[in-house]
Amino acid sequence: MSVSFDKKDGNVVVVIGTGPGGGVLASELAQKGVKVVALEAGGRHGPEDFVNDEWASFGQISWLDSRSTSGSWRVAKDFSGLPAWIVKGVGGSSQHWAGASLRFQEHEWKTQTVYGNVTGASLLDWPIDAKTMDPYYTKAEEKLRVTRTGGRKGLPGNNNYKVFEAGAKKLGYKDVHTGRMAINSKDYDDFVACQQTGFCFQGCKWGAKWSAGYNEIPVGEATGNLEVRINSQALKIEHDASGKVTGVIYADADGKQHVQKARIVCVAGNSIESPRLLLNSASSMFPDGLANSSGQVGRNYMRHMTGSVYATFDKPVKMWRGTTMAGIIQDEARHDPSRGFVGGYELETLSLGIPFMAAFLDPGAWGREFTSALDQYENMAGMWIVGEDMPQETNRVSLNYDVKDQFGLPTPNVHFDDHPNDIAMRNHAYKQGAAVYDAVGAVRTFPTPPYPSTHNLGTNRMSAKARDGVVNKWGQTHDIKNLFVSDGSQFTTGAAENPTLTIVALAIRQAERIASEMSKGNI
Amino acid sequence: MSYVKSLTRRDLLKTSVAAGSLLVIGGGFVAASNAAWALEVTHLKSSTMATLIQMARDIYPHDNIADEFYAAAVKGYDTAESKGPVEEGIAALNAAATGRGHASYLATGWERDRVDTLRSMESSPFFQQIRGGLITGLYNQKAVWPVFGYEGESFSKGGYIDRGFNDIKWV
Ligand SMILES: Cc1cc2nc3c(=O)[nH]c(=O)nc-3n(C[C@H](O)[C@H](O)[C@H](O)COP(=O)(O)OP(=O)(O)OC[C@H]3O[C@@H](n4cnc5c(N)ncnc54)[C@H](O)[C@@H]3O)c2cc1C
Ligand code: SF4
Repeated sequence: MSVSFDKKDGNVVVVIGTGPGGGVLASELAQKGVKVVALEAGGRHGPEDFVNDEWASFGQISWLDSRSTSGSWRVAKDFSGLPAWIVKGVGGSSQHWAGASLRFQEHEWKTQTVYGNVTGASLLDWPIDAKTMDPYYTKAEEKLRVTRTGGRKGLPGNNNYKVFEAGAKKLGYKDVHTGRMAINSKDYDDFVACQQTGFCFQGCKWGAKWSAGYNEIPVGEATGNLEVRINSQALKIEHDASGKVTGVIYADADGKQHVQKARIVCVAGNSIESPRLLLNSASSMFPDGLANSSGQVGRNYMRHMTGSVYATFDKPVKMWRGTTMAGIIQDEARHDPSRGFVGGYELETLSLGIPFMAAFLDPGAWGREFTSALDQYENMAGMWIVGEDMPQETNRVSLNYDVKDQFGLPTPNVHFDDHPNDIAMRNHAYKQGAAVYDAVGAVRTFPTPPYPSTHNLGTNRMSAKARDGVVNKWGQTHDIKNLFVSDGSQFTTGAAENPTLTIVALAIRQAERIASEMSKGNI
Repeated sequence: MSYVKSLTRRDLLKTSVAAGSLLVIGGGFVAASNAAWALEVTHLKSSTMATLIQMARDIYPHDNIADEFYAAAVKGYDTAESKGPVEEGIAALNAAATGRGHASYLATGWERDRVDTLRSMESSPFFQQIRGGLITGLYNQKAVWPVFGYEGESFSKGGYIDRGFNDIKWV
């Protein structure tokens, strides 16, 4: 558990970030005998100190460093300094996540081919497909103990789900169930079944929900091959005259800088920090940032087409009781351009407590129209919309030189404009979501705008050709052989599904590749 | 809530004047007109604090939430640093109310008319700061959660697995 590697040990693989991308990669590599130093910007929290209180938990584990926004998306207006809701700490955003674990649909690996030319969108086929990913998805589902896969049963439906299901069935939806969730639907040897506590977003105090932090990292540490260095934020990746990366400069808890030498560097800081790190690593040899010969680093930022629909009824629902997101309607996930847009979306149950509901139901609103909705909180049901958004080159993470962080480095700016396809899809989803609740007698429905992004994708996209993207089909950068990207920023396109299962499957696959290339002496 | 500990109902009635229909103010305090609670004010004028409390209720009106919770949500503005901007903001609010033919914001009888006054200054930084602050100041008070039926954390009670996570009867 307490292995520690020398900072001058240039044989280690350095993984930056310990979420589902970096955490799984680090642990898998360690299990294959590879020595790994994982640098994690945040601290270590777990079931023993998670706080089931929305704002207190947000303050405890969320990433709160300075960020800015631009563009016409509503988040830039409502939450200008908080483009994304993600975690700083061991386990990354899988501490906050709800656990919805879905595979991409087959056609979603090939959207350029299937959707054709969409004006303004930088659609591109992934260099991998459903067949390549199938065995890795299976491994990921086993690792996350995903319900309704591998013979595992589904979670029981809570009150929020029952309203949702009844409305969906009345509307004629067929593919409706309590989801494929990385939440235990029974007791396992080391992990207890979901106790329906209802604070999945605040960190599961029972450990019933999978987290890279307490499920994955300890397995890697137990091998004696993985050292996790907490409160260690990577600032810059260094390289030698041949253009190979050689190590990582990071700052410790006191702001003191160190260099960890490395044979290979894997970047997994999520889709805002990963491109930021590559851009901040610019040098005279790579003036536009590392791995950026295509100019694509930071571009094609995707966040999923999202929104929520809440509804009030004349009788109690108590939606906050039980699993936050165990409920899904998949009928609209198909690609069916007759609806007026390409791609599709999922509808998933969602509940927020009163503190977050006040902040997110209709940001900026006030007066009785707003408060009379909150007065009906006990009678409220809710769902989240998550659909495929169009990649656009102009949606991007770039460096904001006007605002420096605590280490004196430029902070990230997140620019985003909705594509007309995103807007058409959102409007369709608002209508269908409201119809679900109207079918069971809703008194009022609320088309709620997007929250700060929980799904951040695409800023180091995977491409067959070097000029189209940043990494190849293994997540290895086109430009630098011993530099990898291991998180959701690899996504070529976003698909309609929550992304984490795919991030984990890619990490498992990448670990295999790195280990075998290392043993062959190729890197 | 009783931030002025020594205040008795008699003292209160003796020393205070009505401020709007629900609040009374006196030297250095704002209180409920039935003396159920009182809030000591050290930096702001008492009338300013009373106006702030009314403004908070008018922004996020919940008829089931007592004034003391609105008072708790804005009492943080009673500091040396906030004094300048808050006095200035409330003066602007009163000027807006007077401009619409009312004696002051607090003396405006109908909520509808007060809301019209608020709408006229909705885009001001002062309004936005007060409104934004209430999102956590009001709704993150654990004591108001029961008014909404919200039960807060459930881990200490073993979650809802045996306590009604699926007890809905009407669907
Ligand atoms: C409230 C919420 C609910 C969600 N629900 C779902 C869901 O139901 N299903 C789903 O699929 N997804 C969900 N997600 C998204 C999911 O959490 C992410 O997709 C996933 O965690 C991304 O994994 P990652 O490893 O790429 O990044 P992260 O998990 O964000 O991990 C990145 C890590 O890198 C660290 N880091 C960043 N920069 C540096 C640096 N410079 N140096 C060192 N460390 C650094 C961060 O501190 C962090 O720990 C949810 C997210 C949130 C916030
Ligand atoms: S509802 Fe289940 S998974 Fe969610 S926090 Fe509670 S016990 Fe954990």
